[in-house]
Amino acid sequence: MTEPIEPTEGGSIEPRYLKPLPEPTDVSRPFWDAAKRHQLMIQRSKQTGKYVFYPRAVSPFAPGDALEWVQVSGRASVYSYTVARRATAPQWSGDEPYVIAIVELEEGPHMTANILGCPVGDVRIGMPLQVSFEDVTPEVTLVQFRPRSE
Amino acid sequence: MSMRGKAAIIGIGEFKPTRYTEGATTLGMLAEVGRLAIADAGLETGDIDGLVTESFAEAPMFAPATMVEYLGIDAKFAEVVDHGGATGAGMVARAAMAISAGLCETVLCLTAARRERRSNSGPKRSAGTGWSGRRVDRTPYSEFEVPYGAIGANFGYAMIANRYMHEFDVTPEQLAKIAVAQRYNACHNPNALFFGQPITIDDVLNSPVIVDPLHLLEIVMPVAGAAAVVVTTAKRAKKAAHAATILGVGEHTTHRSITYAPSLTHSPITGAANLAFEMAGVRRKDIDVASIYDCYTITVLISIEDAGFAKKGSGGQFVDEHNLQFDGDFPLNPHGGQLSFGQAGLAGGMSHVTEAARQVMGRAQGRQVKKCQLAYVNGNGGIMSEQVSLILERGR
Repeated sequence: MTEPIEPTEGGSIEPRYLKPLPEPTDVSRPFWDAAKRHQLMIQRSKQTGKYVFYPRAVSPFAPGDALEWVQVSGRASVYSYTVARRATAPQWSGDEPYVIAIVELEEGPHMTANILGCPVGDVRIGMPLQVSFEDVTPEVTLVQFRPRSE
Repeated sequence: MSMRGKAAIIGIGEFKPTRYTEGATTLGMLAEVGRLAIADAGLETGDIDGLVTESFAEAPMFAPATMVEYLGIDAKFAEVVDHGGATGAGMVARAAMAISAGLCETVLCLTAARRERRSNSGPKRSAGTGWSGRRVDRTPYSEFEVPYGAIGANFGYAMIANRYMHEFDVTPEQLAKIAVAQRYNACHNPNALFFGQPITIDDVLNSPVIVDPLHLLEIVMPVAGAAAVVVTTAKRAKKAAHAATILGVGEHTTHRSITYAPSLTHSPITGAANLAFEMAGVRRKDIDVASIYDCYTITVLISIEDAGFAKKGSGGQFVDEHNLQFDGDFPLNPHGGQLSFGQAGLAGGMSHVTEAARQVMGRAQGRQVKKCQLAYVNGNGGIMSEQVSLILERGR
């Protein structure tokens, strides 16, 4: 959803992004910084080798564990999804229908994302996906997913 | 030390759900519904020595102290319960815990939701700020889900329904039957929001799809209302006009967001129900009425399975084979459930407690389940996240 275009200070014109934006914390900043570079980075347990999402200050696997940031494949599949026929919040009004999905990364963890780049009616559970990066503002890039041809 | 049978519900207060309030304060509604519950228990304010309340917008901190002060209670136990839709059942569980631990004797449990038609104090939804507008929310949920429009609960239950349909067989008609049966019940409850408005399976399936695959009539309607109960010792309950003994309590929580739930189709209800039935020492087939949190039809289907009334994956068949009306062979949510009674915030969840208590007390009038001795209650918070199960027994 965009508001009427207004000139910004520098005289350039850009639509304002009005949807809620993530507010990175010290813990999560590597994820968002990587997204801005169009890379998908998540944390991995040093002790178990298991991956974890969302970013955490401590490992959920064991008290003596530590987490390290690693770049992952970006390969994923649809674990479940819905097509919002009505906007789930006012800022999405006009975007419907749109897909909200739980995406299962090849490395295991689940993430919430929108499925972009295909008609909403084509989305299926198990559909192969590839990560996609949506530069929504000059500061913020959202991690999204698109269908991946096998 | 088991809590089994140590405490009982002896008083109920409840507002008839309405679409909107006018000039009401949550504080005032909580106090008023609390007063009704105390009077229903045949007690005076001075008899109350414990209080459990929800956290509410007007008192995001110090809610228990605020309520204690407002109502003039001398509390030996006062706390807030934050279990979303499971808050009502969780309050009764905590009241029973405090009573069986000997901390206090008689606990007032309070829930209420105001809903002003045009509220200037309501959520402000501007870009880049906290989506709820209520307080700065820096949870992983607001960081990793809200930016994708994963807001509210509809989307989450829709994803549960789609995953369930992927793993198991259930037809849209079977899900719709749940909503239709509960509407039948509501048509026997003059206090229900949808009293006098029966629906058919076709009505449900012809109502607009809001989030695939959920139709409008499979989704609760938010309303204003309030509900409260008084919980006391088994000894004091013997002198009360009516009582619902708390035979079993079980809780289970595994996640906050459905994205990170261990499973979309196997909920933490299983753990909560198993604990409650084990404590109560009763079998599933002994249950006379099921008062199951029903924010959506899919919630009910999965709850029936996970509470142990049907095998996993056979919920659709169970719905086909049973009559879910209050006068049927598996009486479910006789008050109409929240789907047809209305969901008054956390009081919606409490309505499953008040209805189960009324049923075992024999006070459910035109929707009374016959020979009703034992009730199963489940409270469900968040998106199949916090679960609280209770077993209530006719006390006298």
